[in-house]
Amino acid sequence: MERLKYLGKTAFRMTALLIAVSILSFLLLEASPIDPLTACIGTDSTLSDRAKAEISSHWGLDQPPVKRFAAWAGNFIRGDWGESITYKKPVKTVIGERLKYSFALMSAAWLFSGVLGYLSGIIAAVKKGRLLDRMIKGFCLTLQSAPTFWIGLLFLSLFAVRLGWFPIGLAAPMGKAAEDVTLSDRIYHMILPAFTLSVVGIGKVTLYTRQKFIEILNEEFMLYARARGESTVQMILRHGIRNTLMPAVTVQFASFSELFGGIALAETVFSYPGIGSALTAAGLGGDVPLLLGIAICSAVFVFAGNLTANLLYIVVDPRQAVWGRHF
Amino acid sequence: MGHNRGEDKKKEPVLTVEELSVSFSMYRRGLKKENLEVLHKLSLSVQAGEILAVAGSSGSGKSILAHAILGILPGNACMEGRMLYQGKFFDAKEKAKLRGKEIAFIPQSVDYLDPLMRIGKQVTGIRGTRERQRELFRKYGLDEDAEKKYPYELSGGMARRVLIASALMNEAQLIVADEPTPGLDLGMAREALKDFRELADQGCAVLLITHDLDLAVRVADRVAVFYAGTVVETAPSGDFLAGRDALRHPYSKALWDALPQHEFKPVSGTQPYAGSLPEGCLFQDRCAQRSGLCGGYIPMRSLRGGEVRCIHAK
Repeated sequence: MERLKYLGKTAFRMTALLIAVSILSFLLLEASPIDPLTACIGTDSTLSDRAKAEISSHWGLDQPPVKRFAAWAGNFIRGDWGESITYKKPVKTVIGERLKYSFALMSAAWLFSGVLGYLSGIIAAVKKGRLLDRMIKGFCLTLQSAPTFWIGLLFLSLFAVRLGWFPIGLAAPMGKAAEDVTLSDRIYHMILPAFTLSVVGIGKVTLYTRQKFIEILNEEFMLYARARGESTVQMILRHGIRNTLMPAVTVQFASFSELFGGIALAETVFSYPGIGSALTAAGLGGDVPLLLGIAICSAVFVFAGNLTANLLYIVVDPRQAVWGRHF
Repeated sequence: MGHNRGEDKKKEPVLTVEELSVSFSMYRRGLKKENLEVLHKLSLSVQAGEILAVAGSSGSGKSILAHAILGILPGNACMEGRMLYQGKFFDAKEKAKLRGKEIAFIPQSVDYLDPLMRIGKQVTGIRGTRERQRELFRKYGLDEDAEKKYPYELSGGMARRVLIASALMNEAQLIVADEPTPGLDLGMAREALKDFRELADQGCAVLLITHDLDLAVRVADRVAVFYAGTVVETAPSGDFLAGRDALRHPYSKALWDALPQHEFKPVSGTQPYAGSLPEGCLFQDRCAQRSGLCGGYIPMRSLRGGEVRCIHAK
């Protein structure tokens, strides 16, 4: 029963969020200087005013905003997400194609920043106040305050241009037929953008883990563990990780929003054909259907991250259980 | 454990603490470093089969004593003086080897258990076995269900038994219990003290740290009166029952007066703060017998079957 109630509540929240996001995105686009007609026919169009008016009325652009939103929402629910102006393909196809790339990129960055951030957070906490801790902390704060695109450009000029270790962009070698592109080609092209993207999250995880671990190290149960003969390593393995791993993973899940924000910049810098670069292109090209589609997708993505974080809390900490001890 | 221990061995203290001082270095007002001494030339000893209660008011540094014995003081602490365990010099390295084995710590509450680890695993610790854990659970009336529980699911009485079981996981010779009775009702406190008596009767040396003098007198063999970071008197518990004249130190007498069943008369003044201690006797500012000699070094001396740190005591 509790479980059902929770699921119902979650579904309701999700729906409310999607409605809110779509209305807000629509209003923002409505208020922006983007003119759907100009975006479609181009600024240097030679069409007569009469022809333009006909196109407008054909697409319902002369209708009031509420009616237009209702039309778009109705089609969206039925599965017609509209046609992308930039890519001359249905929005669904564009997002579907690019999601694969972005998903691989984000997973790699997410895992990398999570693992490395967690480990360096523990090291910093154990060596609190020492040189190593200060170095890790300083490094994290620098990364936290540096904009992603700047880090991306830095990596690009160092690792791709100066050292030549990695390709300067794209998701596959240039001039290679799609069917000849191997998995290692893809991974090779993904390393630098993934690394850049992980930089967004690494500082946060490290600093969070460090803080949490310092707290745990000062807990009375750590003192007791020491009194019972546990060494520092045993204390970390038996109690430290048990009490910090899941909170850290949770924070990592909750950082999906930053991850999604990060790909817009990281992919653009590396001309990586994912959702992020499509978002930038759609924004620049006034591609309203694509912008709306991506906005909805990102909302679902971020919601899923936060939901996972919430569920993990329950699994991990028996005191947080909403339905009995296990589920 | 206890019955095969010879009478002659009982005379050798399990733990001797001689002139132990503990200070913490801390920064005050900007970068001025200061050493704050919280324990001052504290001496005591505890023998096998005996409960020695260290009684003193809350916040006077009694826990620091327990942590110093176990070697789990924080990094900014500095220790002076000598400690002997089974007659042998007892340094940080030895402590690290012995704690959790021969020397067990019983903390005051369930807060000292990892909130996310099941009780069974936690009681077993790093050196115990599952068999021994089950055996101890049976002995202390904890059912098999308890080992699957998390600390927050334990009742007060269960928590106490769990902590005692943890201490007994490995053959403990010396048990240091830090305020094991606060927050429990009288019935539970009595139960706890009965458990400690049993441990001592089995041959353990028990150092019981408490703020409850009344309770200490009832269960312990000897009571060390703790004042402002030192022990001012060690007396057989009987002396506290015999009356104020059997006691030696003016502070002990004042404490006796302050007990509810006696005159319930509070001691005037307050304990000196660790940062601003008087030279010599720490009690002099509140003492009626104060004389010019009280400002000098006052050693612990034997007197009438106990020990006292006062030049006027007779």
